Amino acid sequence: MISYILRRTFAAVILLLVVSAVTFAIFFLLPRLAGQTADQLAQQYIGKSPSKADIAAVKHNLGLDQPVYVQYWHFIKGIVAGATYDLGPTTVHCDAPCFGYSFKNHQAVWPELTSRIPITLSLAVGAAVLWLVSGVVAGVISALKPRSFLDRTFMGIALTGVSLPMFFTGNLAILLFTYQVPIFGRTYVPLTENPAEWANTLFPAWCSLALLYSAIYARLTRSGMLETMNEDFIRTARAKGLRERTVVTRHGLRAALTPIITVFGMDLGLLLGGAVITESVFSLPGVGQYAVQGITDNDLPKILGVTLLAAFFVVFANLLVDVLYAAADPRVRLS
Amino acid sequence: MSETKKTDEAVIPQQAQAPAGDSADREVLLRVEGLKKHFPIKKGILQRQVGAVKAVDGIDFEVRKGETLGVVGESGCGKSTMGRVITRLQDPTGGTITFDGRDITRLRTGQMRPLRRDIQMIFQDPYGSLNPRHTIGSIVSAPFRLQGVEPEGGVKKEVQRLLELVGLSPEHYNRYPHEFSGGQRQRIGIARALALKPKLVVADEPVSALDVSIQAQVVNLMDDLQEELGLTYVIIAHDLSVVRHVSDRIAVMYLGKIVELADRTSLYEAPMHPYTKALMSAVPVPDTKRRGQKSERILLRGDVPSPIAPPPGCRFHTRCWKATDICRTTEPQLLELRPGQRVACHHPEDFADQAPQDTVLLSAAKEASELVSTGAAAEPAASARTDTAEEPATEDDAQAKPAADTAAEPGADAAEKPAAEAEETAGAAAADEPAADAAEKPAADADVADEPASDVTTGTGADADAEPDVAKESAAAAEAAAGAGATQTGPGARTSTGRAGSEAAASAEEPAAGTDSQESTGK
Amino acid sequence: MTELSKTGAAVGEPTSASQPPKAFLEVRDLKVHFPTDDGLVKSVDGLSFSLEKGRTLAVVGESGSGKSVTSQAIMGLHRLGTRGKNVRMTGEIWLDGKELISAAPGEVRKLRGREMAMIFQDPLSAMHPYYKVGDQIVEAYRVHHDVSKKVARKRAIEMLDRVGIPEPAKRVDGYPHEFSGGMRQRAMIAMALVNNPELLIADEPTTALDVTVQAQILDLIRDLQKEFGSAVIMITHDLGVVAEIADDVLVMYGGRCVERGRADEVFEKPQHPYTWGLLGSMPRIDRDTSERLIPVKGQPPSLINVPSGCAFHPRCPYADIPKGNVTRTVRPELEQVSTGHWSACHLPAEDRERIWTEEIAPKL
Repeated sequence: MISYILRRTFAAVILLLVVSAVTFAIFFLLPRLAGQTADQLAQQYIGKSPSKADIAAVKHNLGLDQPVYVQYWHFIKGIVAGATYDLGPTTVHCDAPCFGYSFKNHQAVWPELTSRIPITLSLAVGAAVLWLVSGVVAGVISALKPRSFLDRTFMGIALTGVSLPMFFTGNLAILLFTYQVPIFGRTYVPLTENPAEWANTLFPAWCSLALLYSAIYARLTRSGMLETMNEDFIRTARAKGLRERTVVTRHGLRAALTPIITVFGMDLGLLLGGAVITESVFSLPGVGQYAVQGITDNDLPKILGVTLLAAFFVVFANLLVDVLYAAADPRVRLS
Repeated sequence: MSETKKTDEAVIPQQAQAPAGDSADREVLLRVEGLKKHFPIKKGILQRQVGAVKAVDGIDFEVRKGETLGVVGESGCGKSTMGRVITRLQDPTGGTITFDGRDITRLRTGQMRPLRRDIQMIFQDPYGSLNPRHTIGSIVSAPFRLQGVEPEGGVKKEVQRLLELVGLSPEHYNRYPHEFSGGQRQRIGIARALALKPKLVVADEPVSALDVSIQAQVVNLMDDLQEELGLTYVIIAHDLSVVRHVSDRIAVMYLGKIVELADRTSLYEAPMHPYTKALMSAVPVPDTKRRGQKSERILLRGDVPSPIAPPPGCRFHTRCWKATDICRTTEPQLLELRPGQRVACHHPEDFADQAPQDTVLLSAAKEASELVSTGAAAEPAASARTDTAEEPATEDDAQAKPAADTAAEPGADAAEKPAAEAEETAGAAAADEPAADAAEKPAADADVADEPASDVTTGTGADADAEPDVAKESAAAAEAAAGAGATQTGPGARTSTGRAGSEAAASAEEPAAGTDSQESTGK
Repeated sequence: MTELSKTGAAVGEPTSASQPPKAFLEVRDLKVHFPTDDGLVKSVDGLSFSLEKGRTLAVVGESGSGKSVTSQAIMGLHRLGTRGKNVRMTGEIWLDGKELISAAPGEVRKLRGREMAMIFQDPLSAMHPYYKVGDQIVEAYRVHHDVSKKVARKRAIEMLDRVGIPEPAKRVDGYPHEFSGGMRQRAMIAMALVNNPELLIADEPTTALDVTVQAQILDLIRDLQKEFGSAVIMITHDLGVVAEIADDVLVMYGGRCVERGRADEVFEKPQHPYTWGLLGSMPRIDRDTSERLIPVKGQPPSLINVPSGCAFHPRCPYADIPKGNVTRTVRPELEQVSTGHWSACHLPAEDRERIWTEEIAPKL
């Protein structure tokens, strides 16, 4: 197992480097190939209505007139050792790890990201727990009573949930439960400050996001359970005289859940890269919002930073999921 | 298939082995030499190959035109892998495969393709081997399309002819596999395999997944088709009874090697490799009179060793009741010890010991032989039975004793009715013939006779020796008897003395009556 | 087998349906029907037999004969799960004086795994892949005995040892996939016998195993039966296994019993064309085989559209012998051929005798 993890970690690092290189190329090489000059690029980089001085500063600091691989090298160096940007009058030092510097709002990317991650984490994990529990419970009940009223109701709700877009459900939730009937909070409060308020504000966001995913999990669990309950070992468990309840949970669910957990890991990993729409709708200052800012402003350092972060989470989630699967299923031999 | 039986046995061994005109004079269609297939095991951070699963580890055999070679063995013996390698569905790790005079071992996919018209495979699982999304017409006509062959009259007509050939209705052309039963699906698979009139058909467990009565239908079908179309079969199976029925020659595999290769009669009547004997004795026979004799059953201890680390020397030595030191150190070669019968063993059953100087049993062998004593025990009853079908009551008494002894042995149910058993065994002489009997007959007939040395420790060997005046045949009979069970240890010794006693008593009558009784107690 | 009348009640006993029988296990007119979208599947359609402790009954049949459904009906497994609501079971199953079909599910559950236990065909899929073998045996024990895990574990190791698994204290922590086929089946047997059941049902326990391992397992079952004195029902399609281990035989076809009797009698003088067919289709290792196998023509019957009259008539070479087209119209009842030997066939006894001795037996 250890050697497997080591190998995968090594592969993950390589992968992240590749992702960063590709992203870098997309942002800095393609425009060049499309014919943009360093100046134009710098202008894009700095956003709207820059001054000539700003452009020159950016151009120089990012080495936009230098070959792409040099730029990339500087970028990598920055991650390890930090970078310094000479903005003419001032010098800005970007501490390691330096994932870039936004010339727009004059902030280093990394500190911003780190301050926002907890918010995205709160949103993602909270919703994830909710959708996992609700999805699995609904799926199990549906599987145990297929084609019953409960089954059809659950599947119906699930189908609706997955069909309605977030900007509809989310906004509806806010409208109804935050404004019309002010049950929930409006502004985000960190967990450490006030857990009750934290949960209170996030609850509608959790529910809206969960509704989206719950459907998939309910269906997955339902089909997984239906299949598992037909397996021979269930028959053996019953033949031993176990209560049906024990048979369903300890024998059935345990086996059916394993593939679901792995899907869960992947979904969560992707979500951590930024639940863009949800955060926008609910005005949560998370990574997703940061990404939106970057996109609207055409602020490449922000975008680059978010992309790398998302990639990291996905790769890590992938590895975690594989390890979890091996831990859950003793038949799986990692190789 | 041949009618060889009792009549033949009394005559020269050669005839007993040759089914109606064949084998030696036919040309070889498939020849395999030193075939190996190893699956690498990779471990560690750098995924280095630390070992290999030696599924097939050096086998040699040939298949002649028009004959059926049966390959038997248990799980892990490599027979399925062998089947896939000789049809080049997998690439061999070593050795050569020569088909119709041409070396096909290293041919690339493109070069193999035209040959696929001549080598076809029938698979085990009738449910899994047919694509459920294709109609059976499409499945059976696929070979024509893939090989670009246009039969006269058109593909559809040919397909319908094939369906009829295998006993299906041509109107089912447009039906889907799920509409058919297992037996019918297997027929579809056969039709597909035969579409291009192949020269060689490799059938991997063609009937294991079918019900008994359907098995019989498919077996008969394959038989008929072979005659009609002059097919050559390699049939891989684990069911010894089925293989006996369909094959001309049989190869017994164990842990990636062939331990015995013989024509059908020789193999089933006089198996020479201990594993073959054990295997055959384990097959339950639908004859209730055999019950109580926990008997003739050679119980092999434990499970087959892993093909990753096969035992050194002879691979079977860890479970063999006759293993000696040489078995641990030197791998026996597959030698033709009798015409038409090849064995890889240092101490073959019913035959001259290939390593007579080595007599000390390995400790594992001693343990193993405990399980075998029961087998040996039954032998004398069996041998006496067949050999002395017409013998007078004295014979029966003599038989009753060993039978009773053996019954007492396992302390099993047999103990309850030794008398009854003696009666049964005496009376059942003509009616049934356990495999072990078969083993003794040729042993008695053929003037082989040597042996005690090959037969393990105390009892039997000693007894046989102690009676040099006993005619060769009875000695052989005793030897064969002991051989089948191999036996030893206390109980074994007990019975063997009993046996030898009765044998000695019977000896006078045996040599004379032996051959007669064999001829008359036809099966 | 105690002598039974047609309906399955012991001869000499009142045939009143709700009288507990003398036999340890008695099944009376069992019917198990499953309504499906395609129609009513009559898996078992009027089966009666009995079994005493210490004896082995082999239930023989091919796929679709109803043999597995019967055993699972005895265990009460059909009423569980999603199909449980639909199944229709009628008749009586008496186990040690208790009637199971009319009993409350909770009552039957308490007997499962304790008084009656079952081992299945494929030990790899029959054991939970995620749990250690020892834990699964411990679970089987603790369901019926209120003991600590430690005590149960000791018992598990003891059972593993009893069934011949080497190094039981180590293997108890192994996973099913780490065992070889034979060892796995032994572990399953250990799991079934951990509570000393009085009835052991073995559903094709050796079909998935190599022949040498099969021999070991059959021996083991036989030994354990002697030791515990349990009644054993062995379900199989292999007549060789039947000859090896059975005292009594029940041949099933199309959900019905076609022949029933002591094993040696049934082999000596089978009294039903289907049994003849089974014997003829089996390739035998102890006989020289120059003859072709004699298969039973046709396919096993649909259990939804069971052939009218005698279920076997479409495949029976002798269906036209009985007069009046009775094979196609009237379902044959079990009739006594000799003491304890019953057959459900319209052929007159003399004809059966003649056909057996003249046509069938010589070819076998």
